[in-house]
Formats: sequence, C-alpha cells, structure tokens
Amino acid sequence: MTGAAPMMKRDECFRVLARHVTDEIVIASYSSAVDWNELGARVRNYFSVGAMGLASSHGLGLALGRPTQRVLVLDGDGSLLMNLGSLVTIAAAAPKNLVHFVCQNGTYEANGSHPIPNPEVDFAGMARAAGYAQTHDFSDLAAFTQQIGHVLAQDGPVFATLRVERSAPLTYDYPTLYAAEKRKALKAALAS
Amino acid sequence: MDAATEQTKAELNGGLILAAIKAAGVEFVLSVPDIVTSAGLLRPIARDSALRLIRVCKEDECIGIASGLSYYDKRALILIQYTGFLDSLNAIRAVAVEYKQPICMMVGLLGHEPERAPTQSGRFGVRIIEPILDAMGIAHDLIREDADVAKIKPAIDKAYAQSAPVALLIGRRPRPSQ
Repeated sequence: MTGAAPMMKRDECFRVLARHVTDEIVIASYSSAVDWNELGARVRNYFSVGAMGLASSHGLGLALGRPTQRVLVLDGDGSLLMNLGSLVTIAAAAPKNLVHFVCQNGTYEANGSHPIPNPEVDFAGMARAAGYAQTHDFSDLAAFTQQIGHVLAQDGPVFATLRVERSAPLTYDYPTLYAAEKRKALKAALAS
Repeated sequence: MDAATEQTKAELNGGLILAAIKAAGVEFVLSVPDIVTSAGLLRPIARDSALRLIRVCKEDECIGIASGLSYYDKRALILIQYTGFLDSLNAIRAVAVEYKQPICMMVGLLGHEPERAPTQSGRFGVRIIEPILDAMGIAHDLIREDADVAKIKPAIDKAYAQSAPVALLIGRRPRPSQ
C-alpha cells in the first residue's frame, strides 16, 4: 500500500487501535499524544519524550527494560525524521515487544503545519531496510481495522506507517501532557 | 615533582573503570564510539557478557533509552565523546534536567591535556564542558587517574537515588587491562 493517497484520520485510527490496547505502554508525541489522550486517561500512557524525535528511543528503553511488557510508540513523521537513526538502533537491538507507528500527514502539525522536507517519504521502506522484523503501510481504515490485531500480535520490532490527513487545529496542553505526576504514576505502575 | 609532572606519570586503568561501572549496578551501556575510551573501555565492555551494549547511531538516542530503562530501575551508562554530549544538549536539558531523570554520562574529553584542568584546555570544545554542566546544574566528576575511579560508583548511586543526571568526564585515555 506504499504511496497510496492518505484516506485515514488519525483520531479514527487511534479509536480502532484503542480497542486492542490493554496493559501496553503507549508512548505518543505532540499531535498523536493529543489525539491518544482524548480517548481517555491511562496510567501507562507516556508523553514525556522531552525532545522532538525521542519517542522511539524512550520506547526502546521501555521495551528493553522488560521484554514481557508490550510497548507501542505513536510517532509523528516530523519527529521520526529527527531521529531516523533510531530505526537502525531499534532494528539492531531487536526488541520483540515493540510496535512503532508513525502517523504520516506530511506536516509539522504542532509547529504551524509546514510541510516536512518530503511528504511522500517511505518510512515503512526505511524501517524495512533498517532491519525491522515486520513492516506495514496503511492508508485505508478498513484495512487497518481488519489487520491491526495481527500487527499487534507479531514479534517485533514491528513498524507501521499510518497515512493520515491533517487534522483540525488541536489544543496542545503540554503542562498537562508532560506532568511529573504522570511519570511518577507510570513508574509506580511498572513497579507493582 | 610539580603537579604537571605528576599528571604526566599518572595512568588510568580501563579495567578499574569497568569494575566500578559493574559495581554500580549498571546493566546497559549505550554508546557511540569515542577514540578516548575505545580501546580501554568500549572494547572490553563489548566483550563483557555481564553488560548489554546498545550501539546507537546518534548520542541523543541514549538519553531517551536510559530514561525508558529507568522506569524499571534498570541502570544505564551513556558512553560518548564530548562532541556527542554537546550535540545532545536539548535532550539532556529536557529529559535529564527538567524531568529529573537519572541520566549517567561518561564523556571522553578528546584532545584534553591531562595535566591541565579541562577549563584550561587549549581546545575550545573541552574548555566549555564544565561551565555548560554547571550552568545546567548537572553534577560532574573528572576521572583522569586511577585514584579518581573511586568517584564512579558513588556518583552513579547518587544519580539513581536522587533521580538526577551526572557526568563523569574522562580526562585521559584509559589503558586497556592486560
């Protein structure tokens, strides 16, 4: 499905994904964090990636630290472009419990919706070349809905591009998303 | 002997550093190779089955990985060159300082003259490291001879106990153990 015109909305994809999520740690950045957070508070949500691009690296650490704990990363395309090397690092470390999504809308949505340098860049292709165990590329919500259960059940590292439209303007409440209490709660949950 | 002559004769044993890292409970080493620590530290670490070495592409990845590991109280040491430290400052600013995460960095001072204080180095890049750490409020220790190795375990223990970053500056090429 590489190169297909975007047909999905990010929030719709996340609603489909949420039906399959139980005790996974979900790491999300910027617009993905806003949309995922809209679906409800979860202790195992993790938005404090700190610097643009680092979501995948936090995800690798959380996956390596406990191989039985499933970890999902909801990355952005502009974010992942800032940390493309992490694709190679993750593939080499080969955590079976990591699923890495990138929401590709071709823009730096949280920074004025300017285009990324190449909106058509093939992230799944790069992840495949880097050595991810499984890669997927979705642009159709029906196909995503039909296959997401299978994607989440695969041994990782798994990569999936979600080709999505630009969303309506979002409200970015960073102090709430990045609250220290959320980090403390996550650590307590993982200790129990 | 004057201080400079004493420093010229001083040595830094990589085996002692490695033992201190392991004594501090470090399980993961995250690294981009640095010629300062390449032979005396990184190669022995790569051969050591008690440590898991994660080779990263760019140094700021280490900040995220170490933060993720810390949620399970898994200890990590970031082994990089000062150039990589400088390149990672925004990640260190956010994750290590503002989020108060236990980020432990071992930073090779490439080109540093061991007989001088780093702030007196002829290399601009080396000269600015300690002032930057001070400005960011990051604790740091200089490791340039065997007697300094005793600082490593307490520094890492303190970083994890207080959930705060620390930088261990390697001011001389560690000698590989025989």
